[in-house]
Amino acid sequence: MDSINAKYVSQKISKVRWRPVSSAALQQPEVFATGSWDNEDNKVSVWSVGECGGAGEDAFEGDPQLLCELRHAGDVLDLQFLDQDRIVTASSTGAVTIFRHHHNNQTLSVAQRWDKAHRYPCDNAPCTGVACSSPELVSVGEDGRVVLFRVDQSGILRTIDNADSSTIHAVTFLRTTEVLTVNSIGQLKLWDFRQQGNDPAQILSLTGDRVPLHCVDRHPNQQHIVATGGQDGMLCIWDVRQGSMPFSLMEAHSAEMWEVHFHPSNPDHLFTCSEDGSLLHWETSTGSDAPSFLQGGRNSTIVSRSSAAPAGGNQSLISAWLSGDSTKGRLETTHMLPSQTLSVNSLDVLGQCLVCGTDGEAIYVNSRVPI
Amino acid sequence: MEEVDVDPAVTPIPGINVARGRLGFVWGPGDILVYESFSPAGKAAPLGGPFCQDVYAVRKDEDIYSPVLRKLFNESHHIFVGLQKITFDLPSKTKKTQFVSISKNYRSVIRACMEEVQNSCQYNCVSPQVSILLAVELIWNLCEVLFIDAAQAGSLLLHLLDWVRLHKADVDEKAREVLQYESPANHEAFWDVPGSTQTLTEFDVKWRRWHEECNRCLQDGSFASNQHLLTICKILVCDVDTLLEHKELLSTWYHFLVTRLLYSHPTVKPIDLHYYAQASMDMFMDTHSAPEPLDSILMAAFEFDLHQVIKDCSIALNNWWFVAHITDLLDHCKLLQSHNLHFGSNLREFLLLEYASGLFTHHSLWQLAVDYFDHCPEFGRVYLELQIERVPLDTERKALKVLRICEQRQMTEQVRSICKIMAVRALRNNRLGSGLSWTIRAKDAAFATLISERFLQDYCSKGSFSDLDLIDNLGPSMLLSDRLTFLGKYREFHRLYGENRFSEAAKLLLSLMTAKIAPQNFWMTLLTDALPLLEQKEVIFSTEQTHELMNCLEELISVKAVENQDHLMQDEDVETTKLELLRLALARNLAMAIVKEGTVEN
Repeated sequence: MDSINAKYVSQKISKVRWRPVSSAALQQPEVFATGSWDNEDNKVSVWSVGECGGAGEDAFEGDPQLLCELRHAGDVLDLQFLDQDRIVTASSTGAVTIFRHHHNNQTLSVAQRWDKAHRYPCDNAPCTGVACSSPELVSVGEDGRVVLFRVDQSGILRTIDNADSSTIHAVTFLRTTEVLTVNSIGQLKLWDFRQQGNDPAQILSLTGDRVPLHCVDRHPNQQHIVATGGQDGMLCIWDVRQGSMPFSLMEAHSAEMWEVHFHPSNPDHLFTCSEDGSLLHWETSTGSDAPSFLQGGRNSTIVSRSSAAPAGGNQSLISAWLSGDSTKGRLETTHMLPSQTLSVNSLDVLGQCLVCGTDGEAIYVNSRVPI
Repeated sequence: MEEVDVDPAVTPIPGINVARGRLGFVWGPGDILVYESFSPAGKAAPLGGPFCQDVYAVRKDEDIYSPVLRKLFNESHHIFVGLQKITFDLPSKTKKTQFVSISKNYRSVIRACMEEVQNSCQYNCVSPQVSILLAVELIWNLCEVLFIDAAQAGSLLLHLLDWVRLHKADVDEKAREVLQYESPANHEAFWDVPGSTQTLTEFDVKWRRWHEECNRCLQDGSFASNQHLLTICKILVCDVDTLLEHKELLSTWYHFLVTRLLYSHPTVKPIDLHYYAQASMDMFMDTHSAPEPLDSILMAAFEFDLHQVIKDCSIALNNWWFVAHITDLLDHCKLLQSHNLHFGSNLREFLLLEYASGLFTHHSLWQLAVDYFDHCPEFGRVYLELQIERVPLDTERKALKVLRICEQRQMTEQVRSICKIMAVRALRNNRLGSGLSWTIRAKDAAFATLISERFLQDYCSKGSFSDLDLIDNLGPSMLLSDRLTFLGKYREFHRLYGENRFSEAAKLLLSLMTAKIAPQNFWMTLLTDALPLLEQKEVIFSTEQTHELMNCLEELISVKAVENQDHLMQDEDVETTKLELLRLALARNLAMAIVKEGTVEN
């Protein structure tokens, strides 16, 4: 954690994402993409970090080097890697764009664009989120639409108009045919594309104040566990299968939480970043040496803040997250950034490498995250 | 500052014929809008072609749009915020070291920026930005040596030596050799740092002995054979003429100054510095060339006239960055006396406000400016309040960030105004749910009423509710406004009815009218909704409830009668039919209720 340096890049970073590494090779990620916002000329840029967490390397971590960049119309409100070569972005002009990164000459070009995927009757509506499950893409926007695309098809596959009466802030795939969206009145909605009609399959929300939810992420192994972050900085863990209430709530930040990510290979670790300028690393443990996925329901005492009892009656495996209770000290949080910065808008973690971007126009890379 | 010391720069506006027309203008936050205007006396159109149709924005500071300098602004912002947080109960010795290290941080940021500009500049030319940054770093370094580090006699010269050496980056190798040769090894023994192993006086004594030795060598002519050695010896005894012969190697008067001091007065005290500085400058510069701004600034620094330094820098540079940051640092070192400006705030605050206001005009850097305003105790808040409302809000995410800034500083007026802007925009695009969530955040009751009215109108025209996911889940925010509460409860009534929970639905419906939650113009609809309940086989409304319903009906009729005296009744037939139906249904229900309640259960 000591070797985390800022690289100032002259643009406010709204999204960072690591390029996926092939699971066969156990190497650390080296390339990431960023999107900027609030500029007159926004850009999508691809960077390389070079030596990232090499074994025994005590030396100074390489500065991120810019590989290529391309102008982007409108703020980059979301950015995802579709595969090794293609990046999808959501724009504040309402467009969804696919960029192709050419490795041989290090350039970016626009491969496909759906303009006006999100719109109002007489204006553009920002597209706020995209999720990919190749070859399909889902986008959501301020106009409350959920739009389904297929890569390489220029038309739109399906639109759910008026899916939401308020702004949808984020979307993630639960299964190949199901997506989960979060909106600005604090609801999670599950959409099943196999069903016709414009109604969600399920709605979950927190009773009480309708606090807008800004981000959502699914547990990598257990598809029913979902984490969300809201405007008040609360981190909620939900079990989508049962109940319509979150399983546990934790006070995480003092301002909007912009992104939440489970670590893709080690899901006992969770990362959140917020408008208050902090990036937190959450680590849960069940208090015994055995890895959490081998724990049955009986070993870990289940104390949670909601009244819904977990599905522990049958011998289903319970993730440590559903039994997490921060007051019992089984949940550790650490600040990952050395000092308070302007808002941390985005983070991504892969292997042992963490990258985040801030409104202070800086990118931080940490390649020795204790996982 | 009563008079202007320098002539203001003239900027020609292309396309405007100044000879014939007038220039109209209006001040903006960071620029001026300029246009060609008519003379007001209504004379005939003057010759010289058509008037220029364009409006020009004239901006003094182009630097904030430079991508490389943006890094400077961001990094220095980080340092600035860190500086403000330094606690003041540290002992002064530690504080001084901290301030020096912060000063070095600032300088390293400037240097990094300079290198990057230089790297991006092609053909090895020196771009004007680089020279300005060089000058800025030079001045900053000198201020650090003289004011922040406050080097005393003895170490002062060493620091000045470092200062000069650091800024001779463009010197050629030969000069560098000569310089280094000027501190040859055989003099090292006499050149112990004063204060570390010996006191100043001890050093002084030693030095004088060495100097006499050199002089004697010169007089003896022991170096007469070798011209170079002779020159070097003359330099070592600080023979001014020899030094001036090598002017091109020294290249600047302050280099000359430090060289002179090195060889004639190594134990120079800070207060004596300006005598030598003035003398050096006079000796070095040609009498007919006017001193450049940089020279007068450095001279002011040698004279320890901080305010003059700041004032000259403000005039010479077109960006407030440098003066704002250095003044802030000097103020933290408690070096600035409170200097009363005509406009009330102190110098530090004035400069920070100017700098931050300039940042606020930038489409992206406005976020940095917020922190600067925060640390201006007197006027910062007012400035922020005025500026933050002018940030354009293109997306919800940006609006959320602006709102967070306002909420953290309890700027309720601005919060309300921003939420209202977003809510109106949402309503215009028919996003009622978004509009409502903005309204709830602002706790704006009046707007909540407006939105509820829209919902109710929608219901009346379509016969069903839109956005059920919103209305069904209002929660405690329902209480924000009466109309909103009514909307929520009314929807609940429909839900109860849909679930066949008739008695609860009936109770709710009645309470909506009796508790006066429902607006009067909606009562007709409510009573009409009561009809199916009245006509159920089973008695739902009790006698008491039926009586209340009848009361409501009568009240409604009388109110309507008063209203309709003035204008013609339309749909008279429909209205009267409805009323008759209601009366009939109510009467029937009353009858059945009386019977039911009067029946004794076996």
